[in-house]
Amino acid sequence: MRTDLRPPGVLLFTSATPSLIAASEGEGGFHAPSITDFFPPAILFEGTPFQIDRIWIIRVLATVVLLSVFIVAARRAKLVPGRFQNVIELILDFVRVQVAEQILGKNDAKKFLPMLTTIFLTILAFNLTGLVPGLNLAGSSRIGLPIVLALWVFATYWWVGISKHGLGTYLKNNLFPPGIPPFVYLIVTPIELLQILIIRPASLAIRLAANMIAGHIMLVLCFAATHFFFLEAAPAMKALGFLSLAGGFAFTAFELLVAGLQAYIFALLAAVYISLSLEEEH
Amino acid sequence: MTALQSAAPVVVAAEETEVSGLALFLPADYDLLWSTVLTVVIAFAFYRYVLPRFNVVLDERTAKIEGGLAKAEQAQQEAAAALAEYHQQLADARAQAAQTREEARAEGAAIVAELRTKAHDDAQRIVETANRQIEAERQAAAVSLRAEVGILATELASKIVGEALEDSARQSRVVDRFLDELEASPVAQPVGAKED
Repeated sequence: MRTDLRPPGVLLFTSATPSLIAASEGEGGFHAPSITDFFPPAILFEGTPFQIDRIWIIRVLATVVLLSVFIVAARRAKLVPGRFQNVIELILDFVRVQVAEQILGKNDAKKFLPMLTTIFLTILAFNLTGLVPGLNLAGSSRIGLPIVLALWVFATYWWVGISKHGLGTYLKNNLFPPGIPPFVYLIVTPIELLQILIIRPASLAIRLAANMIAGHIMLVLCFAATHFFFLEAAPAMKALGFLSLAGGFAFTAFELLVAGLQAYIFALLAAVYISLSLEEEH
Repeated sequence: MTALQSAAPVVVAAEETEVSGLALFLPADYDLLWSTVLTVVIAFAFYRYVLPRFNVVLDERTAKIEGGLAKAEQAQQEAAAALAEYHQQLADARAQAAQTREEARAEGAAIVAELRTKAHDDAQRIVETANRQIEAERQAAAVSLRAEVGILATELASKIVGEALEDSARQSRVVDRFLDELEASPVAQPVGAKED
């Protein structure tokens, strides 16, 4: 690809809108993914804080499905689980054992388990919408939701740290780690402050959104290319469609992995940050 | 990909006014609002209903499993106790059987010994009785023989000597003398002694 010669961002931020491509290629043409995908036109209340668009619909749908599944599972929960309940319990157990208890220990895990479960499942559900035909866009690919969840984590680890140690001790624990020569604090303390104020929540939110955006772009690229090669490209290039279709399959599988992985990482780091606030000294 | 490649330079200029890349990471107000609403809804459902409900079920299951384990352990202990008791009984029974057999053997030996002694005694008694009978018969024979010998001898002598010996007193004397002579021989000793 000749575009490799440019900075990679150029493709992402400036690639063609359908109309422009159509103009250069004639009717139909190649629909390249672009960031306008993440800002679909408003359906209702345009320009107000209550604006409703395609992503809103996707998120509401994901929320409804998630809550339906888990509320039905909870309502039917029995002592001896059936197949459905086993799967649901497997997911809940995963959060409890692999995330909460692993990081926080059994005692603290109990207190933060609802939060970690909510975060994990919300992200998982919203990530998976990117793979659902017809939706094709992750609910977590627009930064609002990752930011809300990251702020929740941010507020929680500050609140936990302050309510356990008091503001002074909490800051001292975090900003002046013991065991290093005093002059190093000149460097360490600003970094740590930046860390607990900005880097932690920002990295949580951006990591999640960026992963989902990149995933969407890769999938759209593969499938749009397949469509173009099969239906509109010159006969000699049609065979390339198989290659891009195979790429689409591979990236779908990869996105499935990423969807779970990002949910896991977000919940895991939330637990880690909380545990860092709880620690006496580190 | 040729389409993209040919389009890209054209697009660079045209697109920048529409949505800047930074917008991807700067949230819009409606985005934040609805994200918050949905997060709160989901969190509410999980905090209030889903997780407590599952906790109840899980706790109940844990209790049940622990109860079941305790019961199983108790049953196992009982079974072990029963087995030990059974083994004990078996060992007791074996010991008792061995003892009984030993006693029986001893008793049998005693009985055999007793019978042998008794048989021996009986045999001895039978032999003694037989001896005594033989002796008695021998004596009877001797007595009868003595009388008959006397008569025969007297008759014989009478025929030889004639009527001379018919006088009973004399006859008696002759016989006695004859018998005394007979008794002088060692074999007839007891008869002679009795006669005295």
